[in-house]
Amino acid sequence: MYREGDRYRVFSRRAAILAGGKMALVSALIGRLYYLQVLESDRYVTLAEENRINLRLIQPSRGPIVDRNGTPIARNRKNYRVVMVPEQTLDIEETLDRLGAILPIGAAERRRILHEMKRKRGFVPVMVQENLDWEEVSRVEVNTPDLPGVLIDVGQSRHYPLGAAAAHVIGYVAAVTEKELTEDPLLQLPDFRIGKSGIEKIYDLALRGKAGSSQMEVNAVGRVVRELSREEGKPGHQVALTLDSDLQQFASKRFERKSGGCVAMDVHTGEVLLMISTPAFDPNAFVTGLSEESWKNLLSDRRAPLTNKCIAGQYAPGSTYKMMVAAAGLEAGLVSQQKKVFCKGYVELGGDRFHCWKREGHGLVGLHEAIQQSCDVYFYELSRRCGIERMAEMSRRFGLGQSLIPDLAGEQTGLVPDPDWKMATFGAPWQGGETLVTGIGQGYALATPLQLAVMTSRLVNGGYEVFPHLTQELVQPESVADRPPATFKPLGIRQSTLSRIRQAMIAVTSEPKGTAFGARIHDKAMAMGGKTGTSQVMRISDRERKEGVLKNRDRPWQERDHALFVGFAPLSAPKYAISVIVEHGGSGSAAAAPIARDLLLEIQRRQPSKAARKNPVAS
Amino acid sequence: MIEASDYHGDTLRFGDKIRQLHWGMLFLLFLIAAIGIAMLYSAGNASLTPWAGQQAIRFAVGLAVLLAVGLTDIRFWLHHAYTIYGISLLLLIAVEFAGIVGMGAQRWLDLGYFQIQPSEVVKMTLVLALARYFHGASLEDVVRPAFLLPPLALLALPALLVLRQPDLGTALMLIIGGLSVFFLAGVRIWKFALLIGGVLAAMPLLWMGLHDYQKRRILVFLDPESDPLGSGYHILQSQIALGSGGLIGKGFLQGTQAHLNFLPEKQTDFIFTMLAEEFGIAGGLLLLTLYVLLVLCGFLISLHCRNQFGRLLGMGITVTFALYFFINIAMVTGLIPVVGVPLPLISYGGTALLTLLFAFGLLMSIHVHRDVRLSRRGGVDDL
Repeated sequence: MYREGDRYRVFSRRAAILAGGKMALVSALIGRLYYLQVLESDRYVTLAEENRINLRLIQPSRGPIVDRNGTPIARNRKNYRVVMVPEQTLDIEETLDRLGAILPIGAAERRRILHEMKRKRGFVPVMVQENLDWEEVSRVEVNTPDLPGVLIDVGQSRHYPLGAAAAHVIGYVAAVTEKELTEDPLLQLPDFRIGKSGIEKIYDLALRGKAGSSQMEVNAVGRVVRELSREEGKPGHQVALTLDSDLQQFASKRFERKSGGCVAMDVHTGEVLLMISTPAFDPNAFVTGLSEESWKNLLSDRRAPLTNKCIAGQYAPGSTYKMMVAAAGLEAGLVSQQKKVFCKGYVELGGDRFHCWKREGHGLVGLHEAIQQSCDVYFYELSRRCGIERMAEMSRRFGLGQSLIPDLAGEQTGLVPDPDWKMATFGAPWQGGETLVTGIGQGYALATPLQLAVMTSRLVNGGYEVFPHLTQELVQPESVADRPPATFKPLGIRQSTLSRIRQAMIAVTSEPKGTAFGARIHDKAMAMGGKTGTSQVMRISDRERKEGVLKNRDRPWQERDHALFVGFAPLSAPKYAISVIVEHGGSGSAAAAPIARDLLLEIQRRQPSKAARKNPVAS
Repeated sequence: MIEASDYHGDTLRFGDKIRQLHWGMLFLLFLIAAIGIAMLYSAGNASLTPWAGQQAIRFAVGLAVLLAVGLTDIRFWLHHAYTIYGISLLLLIAVEFAGIVGMGAQRWLDLGYFQIQPSEVVKMTLVLALARYFHGASLEDVVRPAFLLPPLALLALPALLVLRQPDLGTALMLIIGGLSVFFLAGVRIWKFALLIGGVLAAMPLLWMGLHDYQKRRILVFLDPESDPLGSGYHILQSQIALGSGGLIGKGFLQGTQAHLNFLPEKQTDFIFTMLAEEFGIAGGLLLLTLYVLLVLCGFLISLHCRNQFGRLLGMGITVTFALYFFINIAMVTGLIPVVGVPLPLISYGGTALLTLLFAFGLLMSIHVHRDVRLSRRGGVDDL
């Protein structure tokens, strides 16, 4: 049977079914497009941008650190590098050979370069050599026609012109370690440097500045197609210190090879003019990275070159502590009652003998002579009458036993011992003899050179609670603000007390019997007053005392006494205070006082407090 | 009852044929080809080389082929259907022995100064041969299983050859396109159900027969983000390009995914992605609309044809064409695995374009000769 009509009906019905199927498929496509391009569009736009755009950070230049006269102490230096772009070079080996003829490239370096080139994509520049000097740069530049793909690239590196002379205060920058990573993306840059110690560390955020960014369009293999936008960063703030860099260098030389520290400050404003700790290290060596060996040497040196002894070195204050006992005694009214003490070379308390440094004794001494000649017996007696609490309280008022400076990390508090402290630490009651030992600055008492300088400042500035600082402005993480004029609270010490102590300290240097008479300043207008101190490192045993105490220089270095001196100048209206410690240097009068004298003289010659404090503003 | 020998319309003169041309379909083809050439211009980074210019020339040639085929009497095509099918099958076999390997498959045949891809050609010649076979079949014939064996062989031969290349996408298109002709000819629906059931049952076996890269494509399709830098990269980047195109796209020549080479194969299989990235969903829907209109043309031409050969051929071509763009778009949008089917009339590639225009030429011929009645016996003696 031939039924065209039936065949057509079947055909058209089935064609309609297929058409329906088609419509369903097309609807599926439309739905899918709607889902991707409308509903999920935002997500994919982001993904496409992430694909396309490569954000590159532009390193801000680190803020410079300058001294009180605007002389740079830490600045950025251009670091010229030779880089090579592999894909711009026809024959890498040959180009390296030619470059090697101009700039010697070691075999190991060459292997590193070739290895890096193999690992990275052809358009990524590979560093060949850095820290080139001008001559090397020009040699490469002249030969560029023969060196396809070789470029000179300029980066920045930190430089410390003073080198070791200000190393501890300024600190240094070095590569970021894993622990230091924060959300700041700058820290992830391979050649970014972060402040590791000193001012560089504590004001790192202010010095760092804000990163700029550059949006690069890249293709699927990461090659930069063009720069889309660029946002310049903000360079770091300048930090101006109160230090005088010439003075730092002078002091650095003066200390020669001695181990020790020195702090000099303005007694009224608290500006620290000088802070030096010796021996020091070269901070420039840290910037490029220190060799394992040099690092180990620095760590193992018993003279602790990495420690800032001015704030982290804690020493028994020795006789420099006697002013605290004197102040406690005077304020308690104990000195006027007890006129004189007879020093026969020792006193006895509870069967123990406490010796004066002068074996034959000072004879009859009052407060003035006791400070002038540093009589121990007088202060054993006075401290016995005062009691440990009064001495401790007075010490704290003068800044001992606490941290004082906000501009440095790692400051130690020293120690002002009292019965509560002893009970808490050793679980034992305070002994009467310990009061006597504390009275001459030995035993448990510990102070840092900075604390001693502050103590001296407070003694001679009319009794104000001055605090030290190192920066001319208040440096905050995001900004630098003007420092409000220094106003310090009075300590509430009678002027007569301060005056008597000051007169005695003047006598130390100006009267022939004074312990530092030999280190006096002859120019009356610049003359200094002060107090010597010798702090024992090893206890002298009775046996030694009988057999004859060894002379300091006959003992091994690490067992010799520390030499201390605290001083001020000029005499009439004291302006500068200083503290000097020479570790294991012997007696304060022989080792520390001469250094203090030279430095105070230099400070007064330079009169840093009168010099312009800020950079003149460029007009 | 109308006599089979009652010819009508065989007296058409050349001028009549010109007037009978389906200008609407030609216009649609023009529009789509123009979009394709514009996209190839963009893919070449605003350059006629290497793709857009070449494609334009091919389109011009293809248009001439279309008109020549369209103006040729439908009876000629009925008469030579098996011959044409045979030639294309021979080419496909030749690929097996002398083909050029590219992209992990052997698909190309080098014919001196140009290369062709016989698997593209066979998509249309298979439909031609099947239409020829079922043209003479009554509904009673179609019911007999034995009657269905020869056309099944016609279908299976090229499908197996293409699978061996291997080219899963084309094989699927051949099978679905071919079966749609069976379906239209009136083969019982339960037979299709049986076939589908059989295929499903054989799935595990088929899976084992797949090449590693085919298996990987299917696995990656199921979870593209499992391998974002490996096999999933293409799908993921394609979806990012589409999604970031949004409503109206990034603008002509502004597609970042395409121009920065995140998009793979942007001039061939993934050209739709590029279009949708640069013109957004608006551009995608416009192209889809044009395709649907073209499919509608095909449907109407087929329904209005007064001979079974024309109807089956027209519908077969239309369904194959629809499958073509559905598979491609579904693939680049991540609806189905990546199977390597180009976007018809748009993707760069000469064989596919010429084959498609040849097929639209056949559709044109069906339209021009829609009133020609052909004898059931296949019109062998009609000419």
